[in-house]
Amino acid sequence: MTLLAAAHPSVVHELTVFMLACFVGYYVVWRVTPALHSPLMAVTNAISSVIVVGALLAALKGDPGVAPWLGGVAIGLASVNIFGGFAVTARMLDKFRKKS
Amino acid sequence: MLSTIQDLAFLVAAILFILSLRGLSSPETARSGNAQGMAGMGLAVLATLLPALVGAEGGGDLIGRLGPILGGVVVGGGAGLVIAKRIKMTDLPQLVAAFHSLVGLAAVLVAVAARLSPDALGLPQAAGGHIAMASLVEMGLGAIIGAITFTGSIVAFAKLQGLVSGAPLVFPGQHALNALLGLATLGLVGHFASSGGTELSFFLAIGLSLLLGFLLILPIGGADMPVVVSMLNSYSGWAACGIGFTLHNSLLIVTGALVGASGAILSYVMCKGMNRSIVSVILGGFGGEAAAAGGGAAKEQRPVKQGSAEDAAFILKNASSVVIVPGYGMAVAQAQHAVREMADVLKKEGINVRYAIHPVAGRMPGHMNVLLAEANVPYDEVLELEDINRDFAQTDVAFVIGANDVTNPAAKTDPASPIFGMPILDVENARTVLFVKRSMAAGYAGVDNELFYRDNTMMLFGDAKKVVEGVLKSGSAH
Repeated sequence: MTLLAAAHPSVVHELTVFMLACFVGYYVVWRVTPALHSPLMAVTNAISSVIVVGALLAALKGDPGVAPWLGGVAIGLASVNIFGGFAVTARMLDKFRKKS
Repeated sequence: MLSTIQDLAFLVAAILFILSLRGLSSPETARSGNAQGMAGMGLAVLATLLPALVGAEGGGDLIGRLGPILGGVVVGGGAGLVIAKRIKMTDLPQLVAAFHSLVGLAAVLVAVAARLSPDALGLPQAAGGHIAMASLVEMGLGAIIGAITFTGSIVAFAKLQGLVSGAPLVFPGQHALNALLGLATLGLVGHFASSGGTELSFFLAIGLSLLLGFLLILPIGGADMPVVVSMLNSYSGWAACGIGFTLHNSLLIVTGALVGASGAILSYVMCKGMNRSIVSVILGGFGGEAAAAGGGAAKEQRPVKQGSAEDAAFILKNASSVVIVPGYGMAVAQAQHAVREMADVLKKEGINVRYAIHPVAGRMPGHMNVLLAEANVPYDEVLELEDINRDFAQTDVAFVIGANDVTNPAAKTDPASPIFGMPILDVENARTVLFVKRSMAAGYAGVDNELFYRDNTMMLFGDAKKVVEGVLKSGSAH
């Protein structure tokens, strides 16, 4: 109850977004063909690096001192994933060809 | 105005991410799906930078702040591209594990940055002037999930890369210790949230989670790696979600939930493929004890029929239908190209050649499909278990290469077997089974395979690639 009382009014709104996204994820992912489960894993890995948004905010707005640098390092880590993840997914998908 | 544009851009990015997963429902749409994912990411980054770019924030030291940002993107992005270009397709599982660890660490760093400058990052304040409790809970959870993902993925990477033994590492009191650590971590997060954000309990919670990540994955054996990699995939999503809640960013929440759901579904599919519960996988120890028990049991020397490359080539050429069943052994031996060449020769003779993939073949979901695709095997010749299993009865030759447990009939007939109930490929129903295998050693589950001793089975001992090349050579000599 204390937690609910202390909750920011936007928490319920965010919980709504979260639950709906879980359902979307559930139905979309079940439609992925098992043959592409490896690319699925690589691409979800790449898009989970959207955490770079948080890192950018920390680097842009964080109080001077440690926070912007933490943001910078996090940007570097997420960038490895973003570039590496999408590139390796593209490399995998390039190989999936039909019978000629 | 500016923030509305930003929010709308985030919404579009979230839709693009959903579409990129939707694209993977077929190989034909998958490539454009990947492009949509890239577009979504580019849009998300641009939208985040927008206020700074139009000079609405950042102020005088914007130049100073852009340094770490550009540095991060150039160094990280460059490293990512080089790795993605150089990685061997057989090493994909460890690459994905390594990538998961980076997302986990990034989540921890962002959570710490948010704790250090809550006002600047727009975190809501409670009455006392400190950060609101709900935000602290979200921040704490995001940080500990990120920390567990980080170290857990490092262990998974080390096991897959062979830096540490793939065998499960078990010691007495392990589960009790893990449970204790887990409870202590949650307790610290509780204290962190209720005390208005004590830094000590925050950092202690992160430290304990780092330790917990190591300890959770250490007892899990090599054969369970497909589940572990999927599970860590899921965790990395939930970590992003936690950060999204903390920063009140819907894009992070939506994307985190998508990734979390995806990893959870893959874990479920993998568990079902092994007929094991997720709990038993997490508790670990599978493989090690069973292997010891199998070795200790009286090993009667039953005769097996051993064949040469010439025998195999002869049998294959006289078949009219062949189903190739690849497993992790094919990946280890890098035999996929040789296998495809062999299939080409057979197809030229008018023989119907197809491939059968078990859901847990390899070390990550879909591993075999990627390897075969890499060797230019058309994807419509590669079939999943439920699509091909009935056809084995009408198949002349089942060519099993580097797979073992997934073909073991004991899964259907022997209730005492550790793999009982696991769905298997019914290669035993084929007229002849050619079984390529390094030696008579048991599979990862440590179970003997009844199939080896059948009359219609011929064993081809040796390295998968060398055996297939031998078959090729003797086939073309005739």
